[in-house]
Amino acid sequence: MAAYDVAVEERPSASSVDPVINDFSIQIATVNGSGSQTANLVLLRAIFQMGVPVSGKNLFPSNIAGLPTWFTIRANRKGYIARKKEIDVLVAMNPETAREDVLGLPAGAMVVYDEPLDLAALRGDLVFYPVPFDTLLGKVSRDVKLRRRVRNMLYDGVLSRLLGVDLDEMEAALRRQFGGKPRVVGINREALDVGFAFADEHLDKRDPYFIEPMNANQGRILVEGNAAAAIGCMMAGVTVVAWYPITPSSSLCETLIDYLRKYRVDAETGKATFAVVQAEDEIAALGMALGGGWAGARSMTATSGPGISLMGEFAGLGYYAEVPAVVFDVQRVGPSTGLPTRTAQGDVLTTAFLSHGDTRHPMLFPCSPEECYSMSIDAFNLAERFQTPVFVLSDLDLGMNTWMSPKFEYPAKPIDRGKVIDGETLEKIGRFGRYRDVDGDGIPYRSLPGSSAPAYFCRGSGHNEWGQYSERSDDYEKNVERLSRKFETARNWMPAPMVEINRRAGIGIIAYGTSHWAVVEGRDQLLDEADLQTSYYRLRAYPFRSGLASFIERHDRVYVVEQNRDAQMASLMRLELKAELAGRLRSVLHYAGVPIDARTITDDILIQEGYRAEYSVADGPIPHEAGVGGE
Amino acid sequence: MATVTAPVKKKTNRLGLELPAYRGGKTTLCAGCGHNAISERIIDACFAMGIEPDRVVKLSGIGCSSKSPAYFLGSSHGFNAVHGRMPSVGTGALLANHKLVAVGVSGDGDTGAIGIGQFVHLMRRNLPIIYIVEDNGCYGLTKGQFSPTADVGSTLKTGVVNDLPPIDTCALAVQLGATFVARSFSGDKKQLTAILKAALGHRGTAMIDVLSPCVTFNDHEGSTKSYAYVKSHDDPLEELDFVPFFEDISIDYEPGTMREVTLHDGSRLYLRKLDHMYDPTDKMQALRVLHETHGRGEFATGLIYVEPAADDFLTTLNLVDEPLASLPESRVRPPKAVLEEIMAGLG
Repeated sequence: MAAYDVAVEERPSASSVDPVINDFSIQIATVNGSGSQTANLVLLRAIFQMGVPVSGKNLFPSNIAGLPTWFTIRANRKGYIARKKEIDVLVAMNPETAREDVLGLPAGAMVVYDEPLDLAALRGDLVFYPVPFDTLLGKVSRDVKLRRRVRNMLYDGVLSRLLGVDLDEMEAALRRQFGGKPRVVGINREALDVGFAFADEHLDKRDPYFIEPMNANQGRILVEGNAAAAIGCMMAGVTVVAWYPITPSSSLCETLIDYLRKYRVDAETGKATFAVVQAEDEIAALGMALGGGWAGARSMTATSGPGISLMGEFAGLGYYAEVPAVVFDVQRVGPSTGLPTRTAQGDVLTTAFLSHGDTRHPMLFPCSPEECYSMSIDAFNLAERFQTPVFVLSDLDLGMNTWMSPKFEYPAKPIDRGKVIDGETLEKIGRFGRYRDVDGDGIPYRSLPGSSAPAYFCRGSGHNEWGQYSERSDDYEKNVERLSRKFETARNWMPAPMVEINRRAGIGIIAYGTSHWAVVEGRDQLLDEADLQTSYYRLRAYPFRSGLASFIERHDRVYVVEQNRDAQMASLMRLELKAELAGRLRSVLHYAGVPIDARTITDDILIQEGYRAEYSVADGPIPHEAGVGGE
Repeated sequence: MATVTAPVKKKTNRLGLELPAYRGGKTTLCAGCGHNAISERIIDACFAMGIEPDRVVKLSGIGCSSKSPAYFLGSSHGFNAVHGRMPSVGTGALLANHKLVAVGVSGDGDTGAIGIGQFVHLMRRNLPIIYIVEDNGCYGLTKGQFSPTADVGSTLKTGVVNDLPPIDTCALAVQLGATFVARSFSGDKKQLTAILKAALGHRGTAMIDVLSPCVTFNDHEGSTKSYAYVKSHDDPLEELDFVPFFEDISIDYEPGTMREVTLHDGSRLYLRKLDHMYDPTDKMQALRVLHETHGRGEFATGLIYVEPAADDFLTTLNLVDEPLASLPESRVRPPKAVLEEIMAGLG
């Protein structure tokens, strides 16, 4: 607590500006491969441990080492965790981007920078803190190799002093990361102390930014969405995992493998209750998942956009032959290779109809790690209940960034294996027909290979209700109409939306996935800045519930917020809505590759609602496009 | 001179099942199609080995060959997957239930063209599956285009000449690590049945390329996959006799005239010397023989390569004894304490 106390004492002498406490964003600009991730996560975690709501967004290149990386940490006492557009505190470590980074800052921001970069002359309206990092590094250790790795930890020490982030909390975060390596913790702590001491001795606090302890994080964890999904898959009882590495989904399966090895190995025999295969490509990955699902495993794969494209043919087979599988799509920016390390919600339409012919797939849209966890469990149950591939559409922002989250609840319901036939059911239904709609809900009964139940021939070619090959028109129509009926049944089994009806609101907002967090903040901004009341419908799954139409009906205009260019979810809705209701939909679209922010939503809605003629100056260009900003 | 003590012919097998229990639906392939003969041999082999039909899964891709699983073992489960991707579906099925007996049927286009990627990775994984390539050098279902196993100089009915070299699926399989590689001819009942029985006794990928003339599109003069051409250019490496593990039969032979291979399940395969003594455990010899016979425009048939003791893919995964598919919730959903431990670690 020493660091914090010192900072508080000094506050009166800091600046004539009012202090800004627990409400600002820090951007750290480094080069990828320089080990900055450790320093950034230590800072993030230390703020979290101080009880302050915090979020971290890593903007990184598709490259191993040497290209620019920005890590943004937002502390917000109100609990807003969406990306904040404006940067208040910049740590400039990368000579390549330092100039642009500084020119893109709003007036009043503070800059900690590597002294030789000589940035202070660029702007007169910022607070600059030069730090001679290489000189300081000499004080940390004589071991040249080792000390190079802790260079970035120096800025954590400097920020600790300037912002009041507790040094001991930083050390606790370090210990968490390097638990078994006291020597590594030791040298990192040394670097923190050296940075802190330098700031204490040489830097006069002239900026208004402070972190003060709060108590907002009781019962919360820090976790990435992909790790949360992995935990969900394990708790869902996954047995077959087939995958092919692709950013940003790889960490989902890699984390899952770690958990499975730890918690799903039979204690007595040392044998595994799961099988994981790294496939030769995404096509094979889904093929294996479907083969597993057909033979009765709870099987899955995880991928991103390019993998989804490759999986098309198998997805159609899964739909038409009615084989369960769970597919995670951690979305990144497309089309084609696109921006592999940037985030988007651009696979909605592709996935909804993935494959040729009349095909539709259920999709789930988690907005948080908690939902990555719970929807993983839902997805396995739905896949087996409806005997079809179920897609979970996460995104890079959710999957790979570190999020605060409530602790996950142990599943309340038992595993649902769906309509798998056994002797008793067989007696009840009489003759087994694989695709017979015995119950009138469109869901047939299936038998599993290797069991004593009657066999059938599973095929992607035309078939009748007995599972026999058929090219007859009536058989085909009957079958695809039943599939339609099954999809209708699924509507009411999908996770329900989160709806907030505001009786005074004339307009509604619909969002899904990670756009949620910017919408939460945006709605507050709309209220504060323009007294504009809104209702909110957070969509969580496709097929949509029937309540979607009545939500739209209640409002004059409904804004669908999403992170793609072509208003994909709004388009999907228009396919089902009556023309009058479809006409009420408007779009707020964000497709810059960085996570959507509240300001974008607020300004866009204010303009579309006629409150404002054009974008505000505060909008500014985004950092990498900046050339002359800030004046 | 070797003497084989032949078993008394029975109407039922060791499970008490009769041959018709292994039959399938009526074939819709052309009359005289080699694929139908292969289906018959699969029925014979499964019957003779006493394979339980409800443990068998039949897998295929797309094409004439891939239709054939509907025509044998009608009471077994089958999965007619997408073109060239049967290996992945088979892999998933075996992961779900490692007790299944997997019989995959593919074609030369399904394997050598669209499915070459999955074929390659299936071979290197050594998944326990019988992978049959019904090889006729052409695409029958789309009316006779060349496939990647067509020989240079072979002609289509229309007179078009193939000018690309063929892929030898057997040589490829040997090189990739398959542990049982054989080639046969749909018209050689004895050899093909012996190979199929041996494949059922093998644990690992059993790749069997069966030359199976397409009587409609590739049975003319000028084709090197016609019935007449294959029959006259068949160059067997050895004569095969198979003794299943459950039959107590001894075969006496003079040293130097016969080689004995004991398979994973204890069955024995006897390779009787023809022109030369062939050693199917010698990978280099296998590749040389394939290369040389191809150079002569002939087909080396028989057991080309075998590695009976290699670990198969499922063994390396160290799975629990029960099929993963039938594990109860208590085995696949960790207790609450585990979730609490994970949450504590992230807090």
